[in-house]
Amino acid sequence: MSQIPTHINFRTNVKNVPPHMPVSVRKATSKFLGTRQAVVDVVGDERWQALRQAGHEIRLHSLTHMDHYLTRLEEKVRAAGGIVHWARDAAEAKQIVLELAKERGVKRAVKVKSMATEEIGLNHALQENGISVLETDLGEFIIQLAGVGPSHIIVPAVHLTKEGIAELFTQKLGVDAPPDPLKLCAIARTRLREEFLSADLGISGANFMVAETGTLVIVTNEGNGRMCTTLPPLHIAVVGIDKVVPDWESVNVLLKLLPRSATGQKMSAYTSFITGPRRSNEEGGPKEFHLVLLDNGRTRIMKDEVTRETLLCIRCGVCLNVCPVYNNVGGHAYGFAYSGPIGAMLSTQLLGMKTAADLPFASSLCGACAEFCPVKIPIPEILLRLRHRAVEGDQIERAAAPAVIQAGVKLGTLSFSLPWLYEFGTQMLKYIQAPLRKNGWLPNLPPPANRWTMARPLPAFGADFRAWFRKRKNERQR
Amino acid sequence: MTTKAQLFITCLGENFFSDTLKDMVRVLERLGVQCEMPEGQTCCGQPFFNSGFQSGALAPARQFIKVFGKTDGYIVAPSGSCVDFVRHHYRELFPEGTPEHARVKELVPRTFEFCEFLLNVLKMTDVGAVFPHKVTYHASCHLLRGLGLREEPKKLLRAVKGLELVPLNEEETCCGFGGVFSVVYPEVSKTMMETKLDNIQASGAEYIIAGDPGCLMNIAGGLRKVGSPIRALHLISVLAAQ
Repeated sequence: MSQIPTHINFRTNVKNVPPHMPVSVRKATSKFLGTRQAVVDVVGDERWQALRQAGHEIRLHSLTHMDHYLTRLEEKVRAAGGIVHWARDAAEAKQIVLELAKERGVKRAVKVKSMATEEIGLNHALQENGISVLETDLGEFIIQLAGVGPSHIIVPAVHLTKEGIAELFTQKLGVDAPPDPLKLCAIARTRLREEFLSADLGISGANFMVAETGTLVIVTNEGNGRMCTTLPPLHIAVVGIDKVVPDWESVNVLLKLLPRSATGQKMSAYTSFITGPRRSNEEGGPKEFHLVLLDNGRTRIMKDEVTRETLLCIRCGVCLNVCPVYNNVGGHAYGFAYSGPIGAMLSTQLLGMKTAADLPFASSLCGACAEFCPVKIPIPEILLRLRHRAVEGDQIERAAAPAVIQAGVKLGTLSFSLPWLYEFGTQMLKYIQAPLRKNGWLPNLPPPANRWTMARPLPAFGADFRAWFRKRKNERQR
Repeated sequence: MTTKAQLFITCLGENFFSDTLKDMVRVLERLGVQCEMPEGQTCCGQPFFNSGFQSGALAPARQFIKVFGKTDGYIVAPSGSCVDFVRHHYRELFPEGTPEHARVKELVPRTFEFCEFLLNVLKMTDVGAVFPHKVTYHASCHLLRGLGLREEPKKLLRAVKGLELVPLNEEETCCGFGGVFSVVYPEVSKTMMETKLDNIQASGAEYIIAGDPGCLMNIAGGLRKVGSPIRALHLISVLAAQ
């Protein structure tokens, strides 16, 4: 299970990435991208772009009118017989869930895959209080056994091979598990069935919350979501306040974008709409339904007009799938529940720069993510703004770069505003480099430039264009 | 009236790609364009901006505005990344109300990357180049996504006599340069570069062509390190070959 980190060192995390991991990750991400492209092609590019624009506008409208829609949502959830709780931060959210569970003598909880509960470290809190928690999404089930956090926001065990999973099952479940996906799935299913029937609490998140009717929309592919939210007598949903949308027309657009972008499905296998607990005349469903609305820094994120667009995210994971950085390092390098480009944006803002200043730099700013994002989040622009916040500070957080670096940069930029100094510098470099130069290349440079040459040599400095051009011009004028 | 190109040689171009710059002059002059090299130019400021030091980007950007603001005609650079920065970030650096804003508004529409300039301003596809080699093309991120030039560079290459353009697997995937990224996380940059090199070597090309000095430094260095006979070349140098 993931815990909330206090400091993330991306470079160290990268060095700990097992060598086989990028292979497993790429195999999965390229498969998702392939199926995505096929279903997007069916929609047609023009219509797809129009859908993305509509998705963007719907999400932006939802965020900028969040107070209105959340109030409406609360009314509607109450009217449907549910109870709404507001949690300012992770601690409050965990407290609310714990109290509800304790009051009802809950012993066993089953969970639907949920990033919000990963974000607050809910499993850990429940277990510390003597409540057993079982993740019922297959990927989450696997990483829970492995004792690690998710390495992808929609396919949490993407870093593992079937052999690795078989070994894990054999070790942790005491069964004879062959590296065969169907057999592994059957083993997990047997274990899960027992728990679904005996659990006294079902925990979920939600993909969207529809203000118009107070309905949670939950998109899954394994059916575990329905089990968790209907079999136990108590259902608690922990959902970020950013997940609210105005109405069913909004859901109509967003549900066209989400599964296609995520897994390349036109529709996921299960799309559940949950409005309150069981009605008196109904046979199934929980007796009680509680919705914990989680802020945990989201209101603060809304204060910056550029970076707030992070919250447009519908958690499809396509930005991870196309990200060349993510594909080479996997999710755990990002040090928190969210990884890839969305992690670089969201974790940084949720955890703050003291913890996560490394993350906005974990991108080559290639922009592939923004090209694929179904709700058109300007990801590179947000990362640039966060880099600025990290080193120079803004209205959200104070500068984190040491004064000596700030002064160094000022000095550096000076040479770029004094053309004579700059030109002199370009010529001096040609002489300074001489002892290090080999056949027109600089294979080894001293620190900090060795950070370049440790990967590849640098071409030798060779500024002579200005002289060439001036000479040519003079000759022609003569 | 003669078309005038004010050459924006860029800091990476000047220090590492002298030959490309000379080739740029040769191609443009061959097409009847009058080239000027505005004195006093340094850097657009992007390296500072992308490192988070947005205030540090102001001084170089002011220098750019001061130097090129005095010129007339088009501003042409051999780099999609630098043009992308001027086009898409100068307005943010110098918003309305700042003394530089009017100049920026005047400068931006006449600043072009080399391919754009050939195709969209000069309306030229065939520049009379001859390059009898098998080449493949890497789409530089800022040229591709920043300026939206997806097919244009390949159009120019296809018009070169004798040139055979072979496809590059994952053509649009970043090579791992990423400016400051390459030195902040060298290990990740390196693995990204190695993936790119694998694809280049599998393409069967003799030359890997790109339109941005940053990517070329990275890819050329990588090829050098593994001792590959494949050479990295700027698109401009292919168009200059006769």
